[in-house]
Amino acid sequence: MGYKTIIEDNIDVLVVGAGLGGTGAAFEARYWGQNKKIVIAEKANIDRSGAVAQGLYAINCYMGTRWGENNPEDHVRYARMDLMGMVREDLAFDMARHVDSAVHQFEEWGLPLMKDPDTGHYLREGRWQIMIHGESYKPIVAEAAKKSADKVFNRICVTHMLMDDAKENRVAGAVGFNVRTGNYHVFKSKTVICGAGGASNIFKPRSVGEGAGRVWYAPWSSGSAYGLMIDAGAKMTQMENRIVLARFKDGYGPVGAYFLHLKTYTQNGLGEEYESKWFPALTEMVGKEYLDTEGQHLSHKPIPTCLRNHAFINEVNAGRGPIHMVTMEAFQDPHLEEIGWHNFLGMTVGQAVLWAATDVDPKYENPELTTSEPYVMGSHATGCGAWCSGPEDVSPDEYFWGYNRMTTVEGLFGAGDAVGGTPHAFSSGSFTEGRLAAKAACKYIDDGKAEGIKVSEQQIADFKAKIYKPMETYKVYRNEIVAGSVNPHYINPRQGLDRLQKMMDEYCGGFGVNYMTNEKLLQIGLRKMKVFGEDLESIAAEDIHELLRAWELKHRYLTSESVFQHTLFRKETRWPGYYYRGDAMKLDDENWHVLTVSQRDRKTGEYTMEKAPLYHLVGDAEE
Amino acid sequence: MPTFVYMTRCDGCGECVDICPSDIMHIDKTLRRAYNIEPNMCWECYSCVKACPHQAIDVRGYADFAPLGHSVRVIRDEEKGTIAWRIKFRNGKKDMELLAPITTKPWGTGQPKLSEVAAPSSEMRNSELLYNEPKYVRMDDGGLHTLESNGLTLKEGVYY
Repeated sequence: MGYKTIIEDNIDVLVVGAGLGGTGAAFEARYWGQNKKIVIAEKANIDRSGAVAQGLYAINCYMGTRWGENNPEDHVRYARMDLMGMVREDLAFDMARHVDSAVHQFEEWGLPLMKDPDTGHYLREGRWQIMIHGESYKPIVAEAAKKSADKVFNRICVTHMLMDDAKENRVAGAVGFNVRTGNYHVFKSKTVICGAGGASNIFKPRSVGEGAGRVWYAPWSSGSAYGLMIDAGAKMTQMENRIVLARFKDGYGPVGAYFLHLKTYTQNGLGEEYESKWFPALTEMVGKEYLDTEGQHLSHKPIPTCLRNHAFINEVNAGRGPIHMVTMEAFQDPHLEEIGWHNFLGMTVGQAVLWAATDVDPKYENPELTTSEPYVMGSHATGCGAWCSGPEDVSPDEYFWGYNRMTTVEGLFGAGDAVGGTPHAFSSGSFTEGRLAAKAACKYIDDGKAEGIKVSEQQIADFKAKIYKPMETYKVYRNEIVAGSVNPHYINPRQGLDRLQKMMDEYCGGFGVNYMTNEKLLQIGLRKMKVFGEDLESIAAEDIHELLRAWELKHRYLTSESVFQHTLFRKETRWPGYYYRGDAMKLDDENWHVLTVSQRDRKTGEYTMEKAPLYHLVGDAEE
Repeated sequence: MPTFVYMTRCDGCGECVDICPSDIMHIDKTLRRAYNIEPNMCWECYSCVKACPHQAIDVRGYADFAPLGHSVRVIRDEEKGTIAWRIKFRNGKKDMELLAPITTKPWGTGQPKLSEVAAPSSEMRNSELLYNEPKYVRMDDGGLHTLESNGLTLKEGVYY
C-alpha cells in the first residue's frame, strides 16, 4: 500500500480522543508542563467530537459548594446509592471536589449557564444538574484545548497503544491512520492519556435499517477507550455494569429536564402510577439497604435508576404498556413548553424531528417512553472502565499506585469513559478527570518514570501491517466474486457489527431477551465470540472509510468480550433493570460486595478475573 | 435521521466533510458535491447542517419510524452568538421558532493560554490542586476538600 509513515516524535503527553475528557487533559497539561510537548490525536474533528458533539442542555455534575449546596461526599453517596454500592469512592470524591472549578472556567470561556433570577445562582434542574444553553459546549471547550496543545491531529483513528520495548508494561505512545489521507501515523510519547469513548452499538439497537444510527450514545462512541486499553493489557473494572436508559421512544430524547425541571412523571397505558407496586418484590431481590421505600422517603435517597427501569420493564411485560411521560400538564405553561423543546434542540435534535414527523405535540398528547438497548460506558449512570490509581491523599493502598488516574500500564492514564468505577461524572466530571490525569502525567515524567523508552522499528512495522490488513484482504479476494458483498473469504465491517450485536443481544442480556442472561448463555456467547474473533482477522475494507469502521468494530469486539467475561464472573443480579443473571436473581452482598477486575493477557488473549475490595466513605459522625 | 444534501445548493466546499463526527459526509467524485454515505451511522447531530455555508444540508427523519413531511431547520451564527431553530410539523399545525444563545463572549476570546500564565510553584505541584485552584472551586478563599477537612474515612465493607 502506498501510504506514508508519519512519525511524531518526542511527545510528552499524547491525548488520544478529545471529547470532554481529552480536552480537559490537553488543556490542563499545558499548565503543569509549560515546556512539554502536548499532542492530541482525534478520530473526528475536535470542534465536534465525542459524546458532547451535538451539545448539551445541562451540566449534570455540579456541586455548588460556593453556595453551600452540596459537598463532594454528598455526591459520592448519591452515586453509590444509584450504582447499588459499586463505586470507586476515592475517584468519585476526587472528581467531585474539583468539578466546580471546571464549570466556573466554562462560564468564563463563554458557555451560557442559566441563572436563577432570585438568587443569582446557577439554575438548578435537579440536585446535581444545572441548566445551560450548551449547543456550543464542545467547540467552546475545544478552543481551550487547542490553545494548550502543540499540535492537534484531527481525523486520526488510533488503533493501538505503542508499548515500550525496553521495559515491560510501559506505554510508549500510540499508532493509527488518517481517515482522509490513509497515512500511517506513529506517535512516540512518554505518556498517553486515553480519552476515547465508551461503547454504543455493541448490543443490537431497537432501531432498524436506516435508523440504526439512532442510538442513545453517539454512534461514533466505538468502545475505543476499552479496546485500546484492553489491548495494551490494562486491567479493567465493572465492565458488566452496562446501562439501560428509559427515554422517549425511538428518538431517545433525554428525560432529565422533563422529570426534574418540568416536573413531568410517568404512568402506564391505563393512566396509573405503576412504579411503587413493583417495589416490595424488588426489595426482596436487592435487600432493604438498597430499596427501602419508606426509609428512602424519609432520607430523601433517590431510587436507583436500574430499579426504576425494572419497574418499567415489568409493567410493560405485564401487558400494561406503553409507559407514557405525562407532559400535558407542564406543557400548558408556555415557558415550560419552550424549555421542553429547547432541551431536545440543545442535545438530541432527532427527538424534535421525530415529534414533528409524527405530529406529537406534548401539550396535547403524552409521549411514549421506552427502555433502550444496553450501553457500556463510564461517565453517565454507570462505571465501566480501566482500573486506575486514585489520588494520594484519599486512596487506600489497594487503589493507589503512584499517579492519579494511571491505569495498571505505566504511563497510560485515563479520563472520562476510560476510567472505571466513576459513574455520574458526565461532561464536567470527565473534563475534570482529564485535568487530574494531565497533572499526574506531567508529574510522572518529571519524576523520571518515562526515561529510556524504546520503540523498535519492528513494532512500528508490525502495527502498520496489522492496521492495513483489512484492505489487503479486500484486494486479494474481491475479484474472486462478480459483485456484491457476499464473499467466502471475508466479511465487511457492517456484517461484522450485525453479528456482534446479535450475539450481545441474545447471549449477554440485550433488549431482545428482556435483559436476561445466565451462565450457560454467557458461555455459549463466549464460544461464539472466540470464533468471531478469528473471523475478524478476515475482515475486509474496501476503502479508508471502511478501514475506520473495521477498527471501530475491533474495539467494540474487545469491549464486548470484556463485558461477557465480567458478566460471567459476577454471579448475582446486582442491577435489576440493567441486566439479570437468571441463575442468580438476587443481589448477594456476602459474596459480591466487591469490584470486578479483569486482565486480558496481551499475548494469549486469556482472561483472568479477580475481586477487588470496596471502600466506602464513612463520616466520623456515622462511626 | 439521516442528513441529505440538496443538489442545487451544494458547491462541494467540504465544510460538512470536515466537521462530521461520524465521517459519513463525503464528496461524490462524479458530481463534486457532498452526500451522506452511511445514513445508518448518522446521529442526527446536525453538526454538518450547522456548518454548511449554503444551508444545503437538511434532515429527513429515519425511514424506519419517522413519517415524511416535517422540517427542523437551523441557522447557527458565531458572530451573533445565537442559534435559531424552526420546527414544522407534518400536519402543519405547529410551526415554532426558537432562539438560544450559544456563547456569552466574542468567539474564542474567553479561553486562556496556559503557556503564558505564571508557572505553578513546587508547593502547588506537590499539592492536590489544579490550575486556578483553590480559588475556582468555591470562588472564595476556602481550600480544597479533603477526607480530613470533611471528617471522612474510607472503610472497607458494607456501609450505607
